[in-house]
Amino acid sequence: MTHSPIERVAFATPPAIASRARGLSDRALAWIFVTPTIALLLAINIFPLVWTIRLSLTNYRANRANAELEWVGIRNYTRILTDGDIWLSMQATAHFLIWTIVLQVAIGFALAWLINRKFKGNDLWTTIIVLPMMLSPAVVGNFWTFLYQPQIGLFNYVVSFLTGIDPSSFSMIGDVSLAPWSIVIVDTWMWTPFVMLICLAGLRSIPDYIYEAAAIDRASPWRQFWTITVPMVLPFLMLAVLFRGIENFKMFDMVTLLTGGGPGSTTELTSINLKREAFEKWRTGYSSAYAIILFVTVFGLASIYVKALNKVKQR
Amino acid sequence: MKHAHLAAVAAISITAALSANSAQAEDLTLCWAAWDPANALVELSKDFEAQSGHKMSFEFVPWPNFADRMLNELNSGGQLCDLMIGDSQWIGGAAENGWYVKLNDFFDANGIKMDDFIDATVTGYAEWPKNTPNYWALPAFGDVVGWTYRKDWFERPEIQTAFKEKYGRDLAVPKTFAELKDIAEFFQKREIDGKTVYGASIYTERGSEGITMGAMDVLYSFGFKYENPDKPYDMEGYVNGPGAVAGLEYYKALYDCCVAPGTSNTYMSEGIDAFKSGQVALQMNFAFTWPGFETDMDVGRGKTGYFANPAGPDGEQFAQLGGQGISVVAASSKQDAALEYIKWFAQPDVQAKWWSMGGFSCLKAVTLAPDFPQSQPYAQTFLDSMAIVKDFWAEPSYATLLQDAQKRFHDYVVAGQGTSQEALDGLVADWTETFEDEGKL
Repeated sequence: MTHSPIERVAFATPPAIASRARGLSDRALAWIFVTPTIALLLAINIFPLVWTIRLSLTNYRANRANAELEWVGIRNYTRILTDGDIWLSMQATAHFLIWTIVLQVAIGFALAWLINRKFKGNDLWTTIIVLPMMLSPAVVGNFWTFLYQPQIGLFNYVVSFLTGIDPSSFSMIGDVSLAPWSIVIVDTWMWTPFVMLICLAGLRSIPDYIYEAAAIDRASPWRQFWTITVPMVLPFLMLAVLFRGIENFKMFDMVTLLTGGGPGSTTELTSINLKREAFEKWRTGYSSAYAIILFVTVFGLASIYVKALNKVKQR
Repeated sequence: MKHAHLAAVAAISITAALSANSAQAEDLTLCWAAWDPANALVELSKDFEAQSGHKMSFEFVPWPNFADRMLNELNSGGQLCDLMIGDSQWIGGAAENGWYVKLNDFFDANGIKMDDFIDATVTGYAEWPKNTPNYWALPAFGDVVGWTYRKDWFERPEIQTAFKEKYGRDLAVPKTFAELKDIAEFFQKREIDGKTVYGASIYTERGSEGITMGAMDVLYSFGFKYENPDKPYDMEGYVNGPGAVAGLEYYKALYDCCVAPGTSNTYMSEGIDAFKSGQVALQMNFAFTWPGFETDMDVGRGKTGYFANPAGPDGEQFAQLGGQGISVVAASSKQDAALEYIKWFAQPDVQAKWWSMGGFSCLKAVTLAPDFPQSQPYAQTFLDSMAIVKDFWAEPSYATLLQDAQKRFHDYVVAGQGTSQEALDGLVADWTETFEDEGKL
């Protein structure tokens, strides 16, 4: 009796391992292996999220755990969305986010473009440039606090040297109009190398023959830049923007050490504001609602962005 | 008979075991902030160790993190601390949440009378509800905001002459806030010994409690009141009354005219640094800093003078209370030994030694002793200041109330946003919301 190839494969395949051992089906065995992972994910991701949503509908305060819990419905949400101070903190976050991304992408790309050219000491310069991102944000925060000191800080002396302004006449972290820029400068100093490295990876992934073909077609360097370099590096740039955007949306440590959110509330980013509500004012229910709103915002924006990124990658 | 004998032996053994247990040496942990007085307490506590056989361990946390760290510890029922020297504002929450052991019975049983302690410290550090005989702590460290000044600069003839020419009066310790501002303005950017100096160091810190402690220090004397004396939690016209508005405007004016550049986020330690380094003529700070100035190489040896908070425009004179009481932590499994420590600490001779080591005793037997004012250059100022103290809300929700004040004051004073009236109106709104949430309004 002859068998078709499919039948031969079927006969050669051993019976399901699980059914041989203790009469379990493969599906049941799979569940046994997967269940601990699912349980772990539920415990550390889903449960806290659900619990936070639950708390956001109460007046719970973590420092008074024994107090009677009162259900307040969506009161916390309406309070947050109608609170002018929170919108100001969103505004401060948007300012920080937009300017750091713009500057980091522009400078990072320019540095990557320069470093990508073959010249002596290329590796050394790359190492020097990436040093800031190796430092701890706490160290950077304290370090720049000293640099910004009007009386002894190097930053003010450099500005004074360049502009002739008295160094003790302005305070980067004490002045309302300068403080938002002071955190943008430090973040840009620290994280531009990260964007540069990603761009460098993008630039080095472009095969030389494309440029050679363009040169044969007499495309000018400017044309080559806009029609080859930029489109091919764009997905990398967008990835860098995504990483920096998410990181800076939750920026806390460096800004806390640098300005503490001040002067006033000028540099109080949403993460700092949320920490104050949750762990200084101890309004746990309120801050849970705040966290949920931020989560939905980041999740929504990131989803839209990732869709756009995929479209760019598919081009 | 045999059974009776066995029972008697067993009873004696159990009693002996129990009594041995109660006398057992414990390892007690005392929690406090990491600052100079804490180091003095470590030294002082060696006497307790020698007398009791208990061993003392200490957990000290820097001031900016002190409340966060310790309130978390208390709230979670942690057993790290057996004794807690907690801030005065914590007393309401600590009492209502059952974090501290109530000490009334212990005080009665051991003859410890609250009348023996400075009245303001009993109210501030020990009582909850306020002004009721319910005690949760023993006043441990009296503290109050006051001022230091460069006495040596004030005494220089050329500086005295210049001041008199400008203001038509002698350069002396200010009696009013208006005089204080004149002095601060006079010294601002003045050159002394070839160095540019500034008028005053005041509290501007945003993160924990700094600017509130500083601004309240002024606001009280300008007419600020927390609530209507006849109607609790009724704040309209008291928190944001004309006096309070003028007081906050004064604080901003003092900040704008007379602080060193870049001091937009300064509290106790920055004030100490500014004064010790000869940067400022006047310094607002808690009294605990004073012993350190006396022993300093640059500002010690008679160069520093002290004065209590000056009076406001209507002659009212108040000062912000600091300081702490010592409590037994309810979650501690060594409460008996912890109470022993409090009993030992309350003794007059221990309190006298505490004062001599730089700890600010609250015991009247020490502070009202005839030789007390001469015991230290700042002793009289300490007494004067403790007589005029007021404290921030000690409600269980004090942390929320404090952070609201921090924001409103910093936004106006340092960031220059809005007006004083708007800042205080906003504060009334914030505090009203909190008290409504608490069910007190």
